[in-house]
Amino acid sequence: MSTPVLDAPALVAVEPLTPRNPDRFAARTALVADIAAHFADEVDRDARPPREAIAAMREHGLLAAAVPIELGGEGATLAELSAIATDLGRACAATAMVFAMHQGQAMALWRHGGDALGVTELVHSVAAGALVASSTTERGIGGDARRSTCAIEPDDAGRIRLRKEAPVISYATEADAILVTARRDPDAPASDQRLVICLPAETTLTQTSTWDTLGLRGTCSNGWTLDAETHADRVLRDDYAAISARTVLPVSHVLWASVWLGIAADAADRARRAVRGQARAAVGQTPPSALRLAELLVDLQALADTVRHAALRFDAVADDPEVLESTAFALAANALKINASERVTDLVTKALRIVGIAGFAATGPLSVARHLRDAHGAAVMVSNDRLLQNDAGLALMTGAIL
Amino acid sequence: MDQDPVSEATSVALATPTTELAVRRALADHGRLTVDPMDVASIADLYALGLTSHATVNVMLAVENELDVEFPDAVLNRSTFATIESITAAAELAP
Repeated sequence: MSTPVLDAPALVAVEPLTPRNPDRFAARTALVADIAAHFADEVDRDARPPREAIAAMREHGLLAAAVPIELGGEGATLAELSAIATDLGRACAATAMVFAMHQGQAMALWRHGGDALGVTELVHSVAAGALVASSTTERGIGGDARRSTCAIEPDDAGRIRLRKEAPVISYATEADAILVTARRDPDAPASDQRLVICLPAETTLTQTSTWDTLGLRGTCSNGWTLDAETHADRVLRDDYAAISARTVLPVSHVLWASVWLGIAADAADRARRAVRGQARAAVGQTPPSALRLAELLVDLQALADTVRHAALRFDAVADDPEVLESTAFALAANALKINASERVTDLVTKALRIVGIAGFAATGPLSVARHLRDAHGAAVMVSNDRLLQNDAGLALMTGAIL
Repeated sequence: MDQDPVSEATSVALATPTTELAVRRALADHGRLTVDPMDVASIADLYALGLTSHATVNVMLAVENELDVEFPDAVLNRSTFATIESITAAAELAP
């Protein structure tokens, strides 16, 4: 009779080890964020990869966080990854974007990869801290990740070749694998895509352009010609239409938006520090800028609610292909990306106005210059107009609100 | 002075007198307590003595101003401002 009562404290005691504990990554994320923040200005100035922070993400298990428990990982939910991405985004947007882009690709491996040795091998590497990059866009296609020109070219010996002119591949030089979209075979239509694992040892990268941009400079999204020669067992089991709809697109949009939330949150922190400085000068009189700060926090909380809700929504249906592939879900995933990317520039701009000249400064403790430049990447990395164009067709089909 | 002995012992053990004095002064100027903060025991519950969350903001700003420190976000919660001792401890840890 009394057993359940006596057991209750024991259950509470083991809570920190369960996936439901929202704070199990917090301490490790804080350690990584400290390193990322330390190098953020240098990474931005030199447009070089955030190597120190990537090494720290590897060391502290953040790159492996989402690997399912049965595959030797910690089984992080998207809600947990979202919180990590935001905390990293506060420190260094480039680091956080590397984290976000990696997770969308990594999750495709175990959710869609199947049992081929070439795939499971990489899953084990990811569990051990490997970093995964991606190459979806292609010259001549525009930014449409759901069409490819390049194709998987098989030979009689079971080997495959593929050559892709990639206008951008983020952090290609730092990655332990690049997942590449390509047509199923040379006769397949542009939309009949597969996802191929290209390991450095089996891939030649020839740089074709340099990533010298306004913001997100540390993602080093240079242009490359990618030549890979590998085995057919490095091709993921599912077709890319399913991989994109069920995993890459919803996960990426949630985690990108989480990063942008982090950029905005740090800008708001700087605004608060500035207002607090003004408030200290005349304690007892609330400075006018405090009202603007309060207003900014309303908008910031609204964005946070939107992002976190989207993460929880994915977690709730993560294993339900029917929902994930529904029109309503696709519209919701695009809505998050469009909404969050528009909001982040707005939020950082408001923070800039609150801080004033110290925020306008290129560097310094109250500068939001990097934040503003990084924030502007949000609307152009996968153009909002392209997403709206996709939505325009879907919008005729459903009015469901998730 | 009829300060109770516990508060004196605590202030010696945990805080430099200047920090605690700055806290008491901030409370006197902005705490709107029902009693004189200079006579309050360092472990007395300030909320029971009339401190409101609104007044807390000004107490925080005044302490920051006086000591040229900034309370980190992590300590900005209700319990930090519950006693003179806890405010003093947080101020001494603040960068």
